[in-house]
Amino acid sequence: MTVPLHHKVVFYTLLTLSALLVFAPTFIAFMMSFMSNQEIMTGQIIPRSLTFDNYVQVFQRFPLVQYLLNSLIVSLLIMIGQLAISSLAAYAFVFINFKGRDLIFFIFIATMMVPFEASIIPNFHTIRDLNWIDSYPGLSVPFFAMAFGTFLLRQHFKQIPKELKEASEISGIGDFKFYLTVVLPVAKSSLVTLGVYGFLTSWNMYLWPLLATTDDRFRTVQIGLRQLQTQEQLNEWGVIMAGAVIVVIPTLVLLFIGQKKLQQGLTEGALK
Amino acid sequence: MNQLAIPIKQLEANDLERITKKQKRIKMFKGFTFLAPSVLLFSLFLFYPLGRTIYLSLFLTNSSGMPTVFVGLENYQNIFSSPIFLKSLQSTFLFVLYTVPGAILVSLFLAIVANEKLKGIGFFRTMYASTMGISTAAASVFWLFLFHPTIGWLNQLLNAFGSAPIGWLTDPEWALISVAISTIWMNIGFTFLVLLGGLQSIDHYLYESADIDGAGYLYQLRRITLPMLSPTLFFVITVTFINAFQTFGQIDMLTRGGPQNETYLMVYSIYQEAFMNYQFGTASAQAIILFVLILVLTVIQFKLGERKVHYQ
Repeated sequence: MTVPLHHKVVFYTLLTLSALLVFAPTFIAFMMSFMSNQEIMTGQIIPRSLTFDNYVQVFQRFPLVQYLLNSLIVSLLIMIGQLAISSLAAYAFVFINFKGRDLIFFIFIATMMVPFEASIIPNFHTIRDLNWIDSYPGLSVPFFAMAFGTFLLRQHFKQIPKELKEASEISGIGDFKFYLTVVLPVAKSSLVTLGVYGFLTSWNMYLWPLLATTDDRFRTVQIGLRQLQTQEQLNEWGVIMAGAVIVVIPTLVLLFIGQKKLQQGLTEGALK
Repeated sequence: MNQLAIPIKQLEANDLERITKKQKRIKMFKGFTFLAPSVLLFSLFLFYPLGRTIYLSLFLTNSSGMPTVFVGLENYQNIFSSPIFLKSLQSTFLFVLYTVPGAILVSLFLAIVANEKLKGIGFFRTMYASTMGISTAAASVFWLFLFHPTIGWLNQLLNAFGSAPIGWLTDPEWALISVAISTIWMNIGFTFLVLLGGLQSIDHYLYESADIDGAGYLYQLRRITLPMLSPTLFFVITVTFINAFQTFGQIDMLTRGGPQNETYLMVYSIYQEAFMNYQFGTASAQAIILFVLILVLTVIQFKLGERKVHYQ
């Protein structure tokens, strides 16, 4: 079946116009990060000559490397924590049949009803009392347990044949070994999906890092950007945009690589 | 021989019962071990703080957040007679009203056009999904420039068409709308990806038989695509809805709650009360109101969804 030509023309027009509109803010920011201040003020669209001055400036004036490193560490910690803890829980929900399982499952569903913002005040006090302000655990541990991730992995673990579990029981393989050597490798692709999702959301976190850090040594890159925006004189747009571009490049690259997987994973999470 | 065999059999039956009981206990122990990290963390960072927030909302506190005087429901009475909080509630509802339908309609449109089997479609999908990779802070910086009164693109465009410039973030009439526009843009990536996935999981057979029956594109869209997409649509609406109530970053970066408290949304209000004014009691009361609002609206959505959503 071939698509009629007029249908094609209509769709390509709509697709192109939408792409221009959606991508415009990002495109403009990228362009501006290579422009001199003068060019920005006179309303240029495409820079006449590429200048890396803004990038040099932003790294010189701000501890951007430290911010990036902090964000990377915190995001990786959260990602690994979520993967480990969600997969353990999902394993119990699928492979271990015990009394009280349904009750705990219900508790997991209930957690999705509580917005983090509603419990943020005592959480701040907890972290403070643990002396975890300005520390990597303070920035990451509160986000390790995750109902969405558990449900997503549960769907995938369910597809593993029960016979495999029975066979492993007969040959004396314990639950933890079965989880490590069979379940995790089989569910690798859903773990990757969840990992990408976890990394993206952690990298982009704003409110919690704002509260849980007071010191440049532990600030994440998002809070760094806030500092940059409030401290720079507003006419230094090139420098600010260079900072913003550096912040979004890791997540954009990750998104472009993992887009297909992410889309499948999120849809499954939505439907089941 | 026979006399001996009977006690052995009895022994086995007893043993079997004991063994199954023991196994059940082992299974329970194992189950709890695997679930322990999650349960522990949920208790420490979700359920305990929720209870503690309710508790704090009944007290006056000192500046480090310790409860000092029990005041019962006074904090609630105070916030509901405070014009600033009432304004904040109103702005939050308006904001939800702007952003949820806005984000859903735009992403639905994008997902439908990007679901065509055309050459180069992958490129367009990547473009539309891209805003998911852009953090609130970075997106706010992008929009801060677009909204800039003189050099920003929006006013330059208006200028090119001969219209008067708009104070996007400074005019009380426009500020909330401007923040809503930037928020819709930030949400597009995620909602688009989920909706596209939903569209792709619709059975092709349905379209093929509709084609044979001679049904037109728009008819198919209305009669096949939208009903089959309804579970995904429902999920996306719920998520955008909750996200809109939790908006904070773009407010902090773009307007700081101003002008004239027009964009003083609830989470920003909680943040100000608790971490700037150290009024943890009032802030906790506001947090509980937020929690109840989200809870009630989610339950209503689920009840409505049960009836309206078409599951395969």
